[in-house]
Amino acid sequence: MILSLNIVLLVFLVVAAVISLGVKDLLSGSMVLGIYGFLICLLWAEMGAVDVAFTEAAVGAGVSTVLFVATILNTKRRSTD
Amino acid sequence: MNAKVSATIAVIITGAVLLYGVADFPDFGDPTSPANAGVEGGAPSASLHFINESYKETKVPNLVTSVLADYRGYDTMFETVVIFAAGLAIFVILRNLRSDDPLPEPLPATEDRFIDGDHQRIIVGTTCRIAIPLVQIFALYVVAHGHHSPGGGFQGGVMLGASFILVALGGNLRDALARLGEDTFMRLASLGILIYAAFGLVPQFLGRNFLDYGVLEKIFLTDGPEMARSHSMLGVEVGVALTVMSIMFAIFANLSSRGEMRGGL
Amino acid sequence: MAEFLWKTIGHHFNFWVYIVLLMLGLWATIAKNNLVKKLMGLSIFQSAIILLYVSIGTKEGATIPILDHHGHIPSESHHADVGPEIAAHGVANPLPHVLMLTAIVVGVATLGVALSLVQAIYRDFGTVEEDELLREIKSLHPDG
Repeated sequence: MILSLNIVLLVFLVVAAVISLGVKDLLSGSMVLGIYGFLICLLWAEMGAVDVAFTEAAVGAGVSTVLFVATILNTKRRSTD
Repeated sequence: MNAKVSATIAVIITGAVLLYGVADFPDFGDPTSPANAGVEGGAPSASLHFINESYKETKVPNLVTSVLADYRGYDTMFETVVIFAAGLAIFVILRNLRSDDPLPEPLPATEDRFIDGDHQRIIVGTTCRIAIPLVQIFALYVVAHGHHSPGGGFQGGVMLGASFILVALGGNLRDALARLGEDTFMRLASLGILIYAAFGLVPQFLGRNFLDYGVLEKIFLTDGPEMARSHSMLGVEVGVALTVMSIMFAIFANLSSRGEMRGGL
Repeated sequence: MAEFLWKTIGHHFNFWVYIVLLMLGLWATIAKNNLVKKLMGLSIFQSAIILLYVSIGTKEGATIPILDHHGHIPSESHHADVGPEIAAHGVANPLPHVLMLTAIVVGVATLGVALSLVQAIYRDFGTVEEDELLREIKSLHPDG
């Protein structure tokens, strides 16, 4: 546990969450959600939860972004809000 | 009232209640908190038993793997069943089996779509062809080496599934389905759960409880029940990896082709 | 004053941020109009809860929950030369890690189900905006 790294990661985490919910382009939103997943993965590695961090790097940042992109390209890319 | 205003009010009330509740939490990173050390005067926390005894009982240095596959074997088995059920649900919701239907009209080539020039295809396709074998070998290492390093069935399975997704993204879905067809991956997903259930049922036939791996020393011919538990965990992880790999690829194949299993992105 | 603030906020700073993330996700799930945006909010909500669970198992100054090849707690941990009860404090609590590891993988499988429902809705109604969907359904069943 490193306190300063912890605080920096948590601030970035909130910023990434706000951006991914705020942008109207859903493709950019899902990409920022992938960044959010990687930040969580770093946070868990820093907490000592290496197995959870590994899973999140493979699942949260990789596969779930691909699933979002697959759905967005088969539906609509713009969101009204 | 506007829906957004009422949603904001509800969320702020929820957040305020939760922030009030957090004030009573033990400090962040406190080793003597109830979750880490048990309550004062009561029984010690189960995690202390895992940290102090699990190596003696299972000979697995990675505590997460030993708790995941042995102490909490039921939990992991039915989590795998949940993943399998999710794959079946997507099949029921989205899959269009009437193959004589015409393909859905391709989406218009507007700026909404990816740029799909030939040179781009060549760069992406070549990179994927180089990366895929490395990804698969590393995934097999992660499954097999989960006893000694971070990793195991779930992580390795997701990475194996991602390698097949990469085949579909770098080339097209038809190539990926030629390597791992629809009937193949559904069979593999069921096989994974059956492997896990077999490791539970065989000890039962030998007169012990479900998923009590220690008795398998008679089959694995190991020195004692500890190494039998270690070997059984590897078998269980392989079953989990098969199911997770198949279902991850099934989800992507259905979502990217709108349930048609042809065309794709 | 600074000492008091540190005592109340400093030790719970992580939990406060998780609650902010949870509020963001809950707000998006309720108030956003687009179904894909709702699902993004739902995954942020879920990850906030998983963060909370993993944080409960952290210990100050502890190493990762992997022992060395002889089953000893790694010696870099500064608790290693004391009794087994205290030595266990040098290793992070593995139990929350196990619970959340499976929750993440199940989470992506259920996210796949939700996204396939979104695609099925788009196939049948031609839109993924909630207000347009409600209007469409109302026009299909005008008597309620």
